[in-house]
Amino acid sequence: MTFLRQRYVTGALIGALWLIVLSTTIAVAMSFVTGDPFRPDILLSLALGALAGAFLVTGLGHSAVSWIAAGVMFALTTANFGPMVMESSPIYNGIGALLLSVSFLISIQKILESCGFQDLNKHEWEDVVIRFLTGVGYIFFTAIVFIPFYVMVMTSLKNQSELIQNPLDFSVDLSKGLDLFRSYTELFNDFSFGNYLLTSFFISVLTVFITLAFSIPGAYAVARLRFRGQAAFSRSILLIYMVPMIVLALPIYIAFSMTGLRNSIPGIIMIYPVTTIPVALYMLQGYFRGLPGEIEEAGLMDGLGRLSVIWKITLPLSLPALASVSLYVFMIAWNEFLLAFMLLDDPSKFTLTRGIASLNSSEIPRQHLMAGAVIATVPIMVIFLGLERFMTKGLTAGSVKG
Amino acid sequence: MQATPPIGTTPLAKREARLAWGLLSPTIISVTLVVALPLLAIFWISIKPVSLADLRPPVPNVREDVRGSGDELFIRYRLRNSSQDKSISDVILRDTIPDEVTITGALPEICSLDETVLSCDLGTLEGGASDQLRIPITAADEEATEQALKGSKPLISGDSENILTNTDFTLDNFARVFDGREFWEVLWVTLFYTIFGTIGALVVGLFAALLLNKEFRGQGILRGLYLFPYVAPVIAVAFSWLILFDPFSGSANALLVQMGAIDSSINFFGERPQALIMVTLFEIWRYFPLSFLFILARMQSIDTDMYEAADMDGATPFQKFWYLSVPQLLGILSVLFLLRFIWTFNKFDDIFLLTGGNAGTRTLTVNVYEQAFAVSNIGAGAAVAVVIFCCLLGFSFFFFRFMSKEEGL
Repeated sequence: MTFLRQRYVTGALIGALWLIVLSTTIAVAMSFVTGDPFRPDILLSLALGALAGAFLVTGLGHSAVSWIAAGVMFALTTANFGPMVMESSPIYNGIGALLLSVSFLISIQKILESCGFQDLNKHEWEDVVIRFLTGVGYIFFTAIVFIPFYVMVMTSLKNQSELIQNPLDFSVDLSKGLDLFRSYTELFNDFSFGNYLLTSFFISVLTVFITLAFSIPGAYAVARLRFRGQAAFSRSILLIYMVPMIVLALPIYIAFSMTGLRNSIPGIIMIYPVTTIPVALYMLQGYFRGLPGEIEEAGLMDGLGRLSVIWKITLPLSLPALASVSLYVFMIAWNEFLLAFMLLDDPSKFTLTRGIASLNSSEIPRQHLMAGAVIATVPIMVIFLGLERFMTKGLTAGSVKG
Repeated sequence: MQATPPIGTTPLAKREARLAWGLLSPTIISVTLVVALPLLAIFWISIKPVSLADLRPPVPNVREDVRGSGDELFIRYRLRNSSQDKSISDVILRDTIPDEVTITGALPEICSLDETVLSCDLGTLEGGASDQLRIPITAADEEATEQALKGSKPLISGDSENILTNTDFTLDNFARVFDGREFWEVLWVTLFYTIFGTIGALVVGLFAALLLNKEFRGQGILRGLYLFPYVAPVIAVAFSWLILFDPFSGSANALLVQMGAIDSSINFFGERPQALIMVTLFEIWRYFPLSFLFILARMQSIDTDMYEAADMDGATPFQKFWYLSVPQLLGILSVLFLLRFIWTFNKFDDIFLLTGGNAGTRTLTVNVYEQAFAVSNIGAGAAVAVVIFCCLLGFSFFFFRFMSKEEGL
């Protein structure tokens, strides 16, 4: 361990690993943006990173030293004897090399900050390792979250032949103008996605209202009123979380087939709220318990009935919780796939998720599929980003169903 | 005089309890209808020999027309059983004979005429059978007769045995479910998916929480971004993964080939064993945000005094993590583990969309769908559902023994 903590060793080790991470990241990013081959050269990354790390440890704080190092790395990379092999146009090569050398030099100095003039103690060494891991973590998480969504959006803007020719080429040809959005216009014109959007919206909003209408009184009763079986009741709400949807979907399918409710929107509206009521009830009762009971008691003393206490005192006080619950229920209903898939066959009654599922066939080009996915994702993302505060609170409040 | 507390339930308490049940009743009723009844139904169906086709009960169909000409005129009823193999009993045909039409000659024996209503008792119609009835008539104008007859549609009724409500029971469904190697493979796949999916999501979520557990600019944006996989519709992200990892034109394969990591494309979702690993990775990817959110919330509520004290004592960052943070997080981690374990066990959509249960990724939940709809054997599907339910009862037993200690989630 003490060997590892010698400052040159630390510098070289962290430098080498960090350069591998960065060259891979930038190679992937450049490939995805330009469609041209970029790839990391692991051995050279290792060697150059180690050299740079060890070299920088001697001169940390001297900007001249780091600029020299950056210049050398840039020159080596453009000469294709660097950490990244590039076979693109000179401009893209230049951008790639510049990105790599500059970002490496800036970040490695941050990581090695405390490696001053003597060997590191355990504390400093762990700090360096943690800074390195933090950097890796940010790159890793951003990449895994971002790439699938990037592919989704970019694929929807391409056409079939472009996609097969070079699957990596996600560059957008802006000269096509509005034609870029052809998949979207086709979905709305030929596949009646406008209707699906409306149906989904209608069903989700209605689900929210029905859920609230059922769960608010229920949650209030569980949280405030004393009755036998109260504890057992709040536990059995949790139990309902644990019944898998597919187990319920089968008898529901049978019952709906026999009563003719299958393939009808009222049928869907009967089912969706029931899947969300337990969640909403659980979230709301937690919040109601946290409200001070004295205000309600004051209301009771002043002659209000229980119901008007709920309406005039409890509900106005719990508006933030109601917002969280509504958002969360909306999200569940909007994203619901299984029941819509099993219960709806008639294209005129599809919800958005069911409509996307119907696009998944070999005859329909996949940019349509991805355009459908974008159409379903964008509204929920807009709502989510706009009201993130409520949403995260809602998600944590109820130890929510997944 | 000493005031004594009331004994037993006071009227006020009774009224409160009544109100409580009143407020809860809509929830209780709807949940009973959609959760409890179907659960009972599952047990019932699992011991019945039901296939998908049985959901449409056999019905008798009838068509009416006028045949012949002049004196030889007759109404013809053609009857058919909609089912090929199930018989219909007590088939009765009723039709109103319009005034323009007079019935001449002998009615068939099974028929009788009450004023203008003709009714015929056809007895039992075997599966796939068809039958004809001829009623001789006279009419002034053939065209008008035909029109008049069309005005009154014949009604037909019959009883068919409903497989769902009769007393035929069978254990074949369970025999089929537990049959041989397939069941053990399904069980093994389910366990692999559940255990690794749960642990993976927890560990990845823990790392994400550690990353974001400090104040910096853009922290809110990153937190929002890291929640995307969980918030986006499953169908959208599942198809994005399918397209990203497509064996022929997927970017992932192209990238790996270009970087020299692999020689030829990998069929990520189509072949064993990588398909199972991929669906597990998808599960981790999609649900790490949830554990990340909970762990982060817990981390931010840990008292900072403790860390300051540790700093004074010269603890290193890793020591602080291991000896201070981890014990504080153990509670939330184990609750999350239990919850996620059960939900991952229950997960259906993800695997169904990614592989459809092929290439060695068939879990118990996917098997329900597979048996009920792909093989069209509803009974067998229900039997699998019963197996799932029994497993869940076991899990929730553990869960509740644990939850009673871990209140406050």
